Amino acid sequence: MLLTVQHKTIYRYDMPMRSAVQSLRLFPSRFEGQHVLSWQVEVANGLRGASFRDGAGDKVEGWSVRGPLNEVVVTVEGQVETADLAGVLRGHREMIAPEAYLRDTAATEADHALRQIGADALAGSGGALDAAHRMAAAIAEAIAYRPGVTHAHTTAAEALALAEGVCQDHAHALIATARAQGIPARYVSGYLYASEDGTPHEAAHAWAELYLDGLGWVGFDPANRCCPDERYIRLGSGMDARDAAPIRGIALGAGQENLDVTVALAAVQQ
Amino acid sequence: MTQYFNEMYEGDAVRAPYAGLESWIRSMPAELRQMKQAEAEALFRRIGITFAVYGEGGDPDRLIPFDMFPRVFAQDEWRKLDRGVKQRARALNAFLRDVYGRGEIVRAGRIPARLVYQNEAYEHAVSGFTPPRGIYSHIVGVDLVRTGPDEFFVLEDNCRTPSGVSYMLENREIMMRMFPQLFRENRIAPVDGYAELLRRTLASVAPEKCDRAPTIAILTPGHFNSAYYEHSFLADLMGVELVEAADLFVEGGFVWMRTTEGPKKLDVIYRRIDDAFLDPLCFRPDSMLGVPGLMDVYRSGGVTIASAPGAGVADDKAIYTFVPEMVRFYLDEEPILQNVPTWQCGKADDLKYVLDNLGELVVKEVHGSGGYGMLVGPKSTKDQIEAFRAKIEMDPDNYIAQPTLALSTTPTFVEEGIAPRHVDLRPYCLVGEQVSLVPGGLTRVALTEGSLVVNSSQGGGVKDTWVLAE
Amino acid sequence: MLSRTADNLFWIARYLERAETTARLLEVGARIALIPSAGHGYRSEWESLLHASGTADGFKAKYGDPVQRNIESYMFFDRDNPSSVVSCLERARENARIVRTALTGQVWDALNTAYQELRALERKPRSEIELTELTEWVVRQTAMVRGAMDSTLLRNDGYHFLNLGSALERADNTARLIDVKYFVLLPSVDLVGSELDNYQWQTLLRALSAHRAFHWAYGGEITAAKIADFLILNRQSPRSLIASAEAAMAHLDALGRIYHHSGPAQRRARAIVGDLAETRVSDIFNEGLHEFLTRFIREVGVVSSFVHDGYLSGEARCS
Repeated sequence: MLLTVQHKTIYRYDMPMRSAVQSLRLFPSRFEGQHVLSWQVEVANGLRGASFRDGAGDKVEGWSVRGPLNEVVVTVEGQVETADLAGVLRGHREMIAPEAYLRDTAATEADHALRQIGADALAGSGGALDAAHRMAAAIAEAIAYRPGVTHAHTTAAEALALAEGVCQDHAHALIATARAQGIPARYVSGYLYASEDGTPHEAAHAWAELYLDGLGWVGFDPANRCCPDERYIRLGSGMDARDAAPIRGIALGAGQENLDVTVALAAVQQ
Repeated sequence: MTQYFNEMYEGDAVRAPYAGLESWIRSMPAELRQMKQAEAEALFRRIGITFAVYGEGGDPDRLIPFDMFPRVFAQDEWRKLDRGVKQRARALNAFLRDVYGRGEIVRAGRIPARLVYQNEAYEHAVSGFTPPRGIYSHIVGVDLVRTGPDEFFVLEDNCRTPSGVSYMLENREIMMRMFPQLFRENRIAPVDGYAELLRRTLASVAPEKCDRAPTIAILTPGHFNSAYYEHSFLADLMGVELVEAADLFVEGGFVWMRTTEGPKKLDVIYRRIDDAFLDPLCFRPDSMLGVPGLMDVYRSGGVTIASAPGAGVADDKAIYTFVPEMVRFYLDEEPILQNVPTWQCGKADDLKYVLDNLGELVVKEVHGSGGYGMLVGPKSTKDQIEAFRAKIEMDPDNYIAQPTLALSTTPTFVEEGIAPRHVDLRPYCLVGEQVSLVPGGLTRVALTEGSLVVNSSQGGGVKDTWVLAE
Repeated sequence: MLSRTADNLFWIARYLERAETTARLLEVGARIALIPSAGHGYRSEWESLLHASGTADGFKAKYGDPVQRNIESYMFFDRDNPSSVVSCLERARENARIVRTALTGQVWDALNTAYQELRALERKPRSEIELTELTEWVVRQTAMVRGAMDSTLLRNDGYHFLNLGSALERADNTARLIDVKYFVLLPSVDLVGSELDNYQWQTLLRALSAHRAFHWAYGGEITAAKIADFLILNRQSPRSLIASAEAAMAHLDALGRIYHHSGPAQRRARAIVGDLAETRVSDIFNEGLHEFLTRFIREVGVVSSFVHDGYLSGEARCS
């Protein structure tokens, strides 16, 4: 599938700020499921800084904007050719040992209920892949999609207790469940092209990856009850949503920040 | 009754390294000694070397007690320590290079993956990145204790930002000013080359991108920090800037200092702040502390940070057990310095042994430091032991235990005259283009009779440490 | 040098100078309070002192009516008052501690000793200390620190930032001290030239330790014009506005030479000095002394903000 992306993020401040610094992970991952035809990241009035590929295989680019400034505008535009690998992250180069993704973070600490989901899934399963699918299905069942009830700092356990949430909560819950069963798991951020059947989601999307022996990292998207396919564009990963954030930034000054994001994905007719 | 090794006296005989001090003691009547002690204290206060225990309140200008009686090593004793400490520093760096790279030691099954990769100090942001010369820990402080003429044990390693080196330098300075005669009569190896060695070490790990004499700075949390004196002292001796995070900013892939003449590029940062406060973008998005974007510059090779973020995974108390294994695995050598036998309370068998023998053991928190949160079994009451037992049972993973070591003593000036007191030693090994160690270190002394806790926060003092030249 | 270091040095000097001014203001108040004034009783003199030091609101919130004892405490010992002697000396010493290595041992010693003595003074019962004892102590201590700076510091950029701080603060403070007298103290214009007027002028001179110097320079009768000339336009008078402005200009120029770059701070300082050099006392009185001083204080403020933007904030870029 040939997907075009237009992604614009605007941080507005109610008073002039001294300066701003950003660390961007807004570049499509390099693996067999994605082929980048064109890709441009730009920060308005910004200075491009350090650029490198980190241990998880993600490209990172630093930017800074000199003040006084009233807004920071980040634009992403590009075209990616995608393929369906049934969620398997084939051909992705990375250095971090999978075991490193067993460590808990505040957002992904498993409580009793999450452990139980994991244990049940593992119990009757035929192998790791089957167990992972069962976990993802159980999370999808346990947390209904509903925007607005959870927020950026809601933990996996809290979302499960609420039984409602968005893709971030689904991903956190699945990660917590898997880690508690000794399966390395991580958070992935990216884009998702709107499917025809009207499955609920936003174009800026997130899901989880689990490390399964023999297969390596495999993506699971409980929010959409599937594995990432050609509708997905993978950007980067981390221990949890905070760690995998495509944009990390800070502006120095006393102003209050207001965020405005627009993402548009389109499939190009071929 | 435990026998403690006295470093000066073997029965009535004076051991060779201390021979030069015998007449010195005799020539010092109590009054003179008190006068000298007061003089030393005045000198310390004048130069401003003070130690404020963080969060303890009270006098922020408190001095660490200085004991004038030097601690002495003969050249052959030192040679072994020198080789042993350097060997350890090399192995620890090889370990860091490995676990932030391919993780061979884990794959080989020599260290459990869990201890490394799920360690709080293991830093994802560093994996896959190799700093200049592959060095992660540039200043390694190795805490040593002695139990006999030839028995030295490593208590712990400090791979992050070991402090106290200013005392090593100042103690020597004060002793030379007060007792020049002693230094004429004894051939004592100098330690004052440390600052220059440190500067050279840091310069040797400048980023490859740096094409001129590197600009170095010490990064301090600020003047409220208890070690601020040391930071400013070292910056002054090395002739480098002492900066706070707010003095730095990131732009165009480099780190810059804010100066009166505009931005000045910085190449090497000797940081004396914790990982968590280096870069809010990387470690704490909710915090304004640190230099935003610093880690991006670091990982793209625009600046060197010494020690590397994540270096702490090598000095963790649970990893400690495996350091001799590192020496064999990476260097293919036998460890020169021994570890203290250690029981991991996280292991069922070890836990049982520890709980059955609490009265004889020293128990420490895995991530504790400064002598806080530890139990010295033989020096504790029944109630204290029982209270600690409850803590261990609550969270066994968080504790390790070691036998109570018979720490050596050296003569120390006390109220009543001269008496033996327990000591330890921290030499500071520098790792850059070369691995170097100045002949000396910081000797800490437990000033309370019988006490085995030498931490300055727990009533410990310091001594000048001599290594006799050949 | 690091902008923060320059900033610390600059402020060490400013706080020292400010501590001294506060002490001198207290002395003015104490002396003027010794004679009965026309109309208001001596309450208003004390009040006007608070106004002059810009601390009237803070005082009122804490103590209410201006009683001499309270004013003394507030202006000397009170940490809630940012201009009190204790506040200023404490901050000067703290700034110095931060940049210890940019100072000599002698400068640190002098500052640290002053601070230690101050803490001892604080522990003494207030009833055992005379006000003059306090004010003289401050003047003596600041003189010692300044002496140590002058005789031991390397003449590098740090030295000039330190002295620039002194000069700008002094220019500002002298202007404020003159303003107290002319605008605030004297109850009515009819009294200009009266005995009360003269007495207040003399007190002001005395507070500036310039009483004798004035007589040497001018002799004869004390008139407002002579004093204004002495305190504003006479280069020989060490605290005069022109002497302070010239000192600021000289240190700014020295920085310009060291850095091979001059900016708006240098230009503005030069303009102030040029302006003063061509001013006559009659011009000042025609403009109105208070108006003149207000304008001068504002100008000095502009130079300070240029110094801040150009050197101390760390935001400057080599353009």
